[in-house]
Amino acid sequence: MQTASTRDPVVVRWLLTAIALGFLALFLALPLVAVLAEAFAKGWDAYWRALSGEDALPAIWLTLLVAVIAVPLNIVFGLAASWAIAKFDFRGKSLLVSLIELPFSVSPVISGLIYVLMFGLQGWLGPWLAEHDLKVVFAVPGIVLATIFVTFPFVARELIPLMEEQGREEEEAALTLGANGWRTFWLVTLPNVRWGLLYGVLLCNARAMGEFGAVSVVSGHIRGLTNTMPLHVEILYNEYDFVGAFAVASLLAVLALVTLAAKTALEWWHRDELVATGH
Amino acid sequence: MIEVEDVSKHFGDFKALDRVSLRVNQGKLVALLGPSGSGKTTLLRILAGLEQPDAGRIKLGGIDATGLGTRDRRVGFVFQHYALFRHMSVAENVAFGLKVRKGADRPSKAVIAERVHTLLNLVQLEGLAGRYPSQLSGGQRQRVALARALAVEPRLLLLDEPFGALDAQVRKDLRRWLRNLHDEMGLTGVFVTHDQEEALEVADEVVVMNKGRIEQIGTPAEIYDSPATPFVYRFLGNVNAVPCSVTGGAAQVGGLHIGGGAVDGGGTAFVRPHDVEILELSPDLPQATIRQVIVLGPVVRVEVVLPDGTVLDSEVTREHKDKLKLRRGLEVSIFLRKARVFVGG
Repeated sequence: MQTASTRDPVVVRWLLTAIALGFLALFLALPLVAVLAEAFAKGWDAYWRALSGEDALPAIWLTLLVAVIAVPLNIVFGLAASWAIAKFDFRGKSLLVSLIELPFSVSPVISGLIYVLMFGLQGWLGPWLAEHDLKVVFAVPGIVLATIFVTFPFVARELIPLMEEQGREEEEAALTLGANGWRTFWLVTLPNVRWGLLYGVLLCNARAMGEFGAVSVVSGHIRGLTNTMPLHVEILYNEYDFVGAFAVASLLAVLALVTLAAKTALEWWHRDELVATGH
Repeated sequence: MIEVEDVSKHFGDFKALDRVSLRVNQGKLVALLGPSGSGKTTLLRILAGLEQPDAGRIKLGGIDATGLGTRDRRVGFVFQHYALFRHMSVAENVAFGLKVRKGADRPSKAVIAERVHTLLNLVQLEGLAGRYPSQLSGGQRQRVALARALAVEPRLLLLDEPFGALDAQVRKDLRRWLRNLHDEMGLTGVFVTHDQEEALEVADEVVVMNKGRIEQIGTPAEIYDSPATPFVYRFLGNVNAVPCSVTGGAAQVGGLHIGGGAVDGGGTAFVRPHDVEILELSPDLPQATIRQVIVLGPVVRVEVVLPDGTVLDSEVTREHKDKLKLRRGLEVSIFLRKARVFVGG
C-alpha cells in the first residue's frame, strides 16, 4: 500500500510518462513511420520492384551471408573469451578484456582502413595476396573480416559479467560428480548463460547486418557484388531513388523488428523458467 | 582411509598449507576447525582434487591419489554455497552425477529415477523434486546438495562450511541430522567449519588448524579439556588468558598460586570460566571483588577483579548465584579448579 507521502503527485506521473512516450515517438516511432511511408510512397508495386531489382537482391544476399558467417564466429569467440576470462586466472587477463572492448572505442571507418592497409594492394600483405590471386579488400572476405572486427565484443561483453557473477562453483560441482570438461560446458556452463548468449547474438546480428562505416571502406561499392544493404541504401539515396532507398531501409527496419519480436516471444514462452531460475 | 602426507600449498606469497599431515580412519567424521585463512578449505579442496598441492602426497584408501583428477577420486563435495545447478530442477540436480556416466557405467533411466527418489526421501525432500534451486530455502538447498553428492556413492564425503549460510535454528537441526545420517551410512567424512560448537558436536575427531598448520588433532573432549597450544585454548570457547610469571616451577596469577610450568619466565595462564569457582569469603583463599553479574539463561557469568587488578570471567549456576547472593561489589574468595600455563605464549 502506498501512502500519500510516498505517492508522487498525479501531475508528476503524467508528465514523466508523457515525456517518455513523446521521446519514443519522436526518435523511434516517427522515423520508422517515415521510412515505411517513403518506401510505399509510389505504391506496393514500386516497393516490390525496388526490392527485387537486380542490384537489391545481391545486396540482401550478401548482407545475410555476412551475418551467417560473422554471428557464429562471434558466438565461438565470445564463449571462448568469456569462459577464459571469467573462469580462469592468467597473466594479461585485463589486457585481453581491453582488447575485446577495442572495436567499441575505435571508429568503424578506422577499423575498415586497417584492413585496407593490411590487405590492400599497397598494404603489408597486398603483394603476397595479389601473387596468389586472392582478393580480400573490395571483395566479400574483406567485408566479412571488417564485420567480424566491428561486432566481436557483443557476445563476449554480454557473457563476461554474467559468467563472473556465476563463479566457477557449479563447474567444480559438475567435476566432482564425474563430468568431464566438455560435458560440464554443455550441461552446466552453456545453459547457465543461454539467455545472455541470446541477447548477445541478437545484438551482434543487428550490428552485423546494419554495419556501414567499416564495410563502406573495404567494400569498394561494386554493385551486385560487394554492396551490402546499408551501402545499397546510400547509393540509391544519392541517386535520388527515394523509393528504392527507403524500401531497402524498411527491410532492415523489419529485420530489427523481427529480431525484437523473436526475443520477446522466446522470453514469453520460457517465462516460468526465467522466473524460476532468477533471470 | 585418507592419508595426507607433508602437504604444502602456496597462493603467490601466501602460505595456505605448511607441511600438513593427517590421517582419517574409515567411517569417521572429521572436522577441520580454524579461523579464516587457516588453510582448512584449501586442505579440503586438495582432498577433492580441486587444488593441486605444491608438495606432499594424498592417499585415498591406501592408494596414492595425488595426481588423480577430481573426476576419478569418487568424492562427494558439498560446497559452501551449495553450487546447485540453477537451471536444473531438484531431481535433475540429484540425477546429474549418474547421467554423466559413460557407457555401461550409466544406469538406466528407471534406475536413475529410482535412486533420485530414494535420495530425496533420505533428505526429506520428496515433494520438491520439480522445484528449481531458487525456489528452495537455504536448508532445503543444503539437503539437495547433499543428496546430489551422495548419488554417485562416494567413498569420501567432503563438506565446506556445510551450515555456514543457515539460520541458527536450521543449523542446529541439520547438524544433528547430518550426524545421524553419517552414523547410518558409515561414510568417511571431512567437513570444514570455523564454528567450534559445530565441530565439537558433530565430529568424531577435530583437527584444529591455524596459519596453514595443524595445531592439534583429537576427539572433541580431548581438544576441549586439554588444548595443546595457546591458540587452541583461545579458539575453543571462552577462556581467561592471564599474563603470569613462573618462578621456581610455580606460576602466580594475581597472587594466586596455580600449577606450574616446567620452565621459568613470563607466560600466559589459561583458565576456563567454569573452572573459576566462587566461594564465600574465607581467609584461607585468595580474595576478589565482583564487578559484574550477568544472567545468561541457566548460567550466570560473573566478572571478578583480583587485588592486583586482574579480571577473571567465571561461570556459575543460577542456584549457586542465589545461594551466595552474588551481586556487584561483593567480596568473595575464588578457587581455580584447573589452569594451564604456557611459558612464552
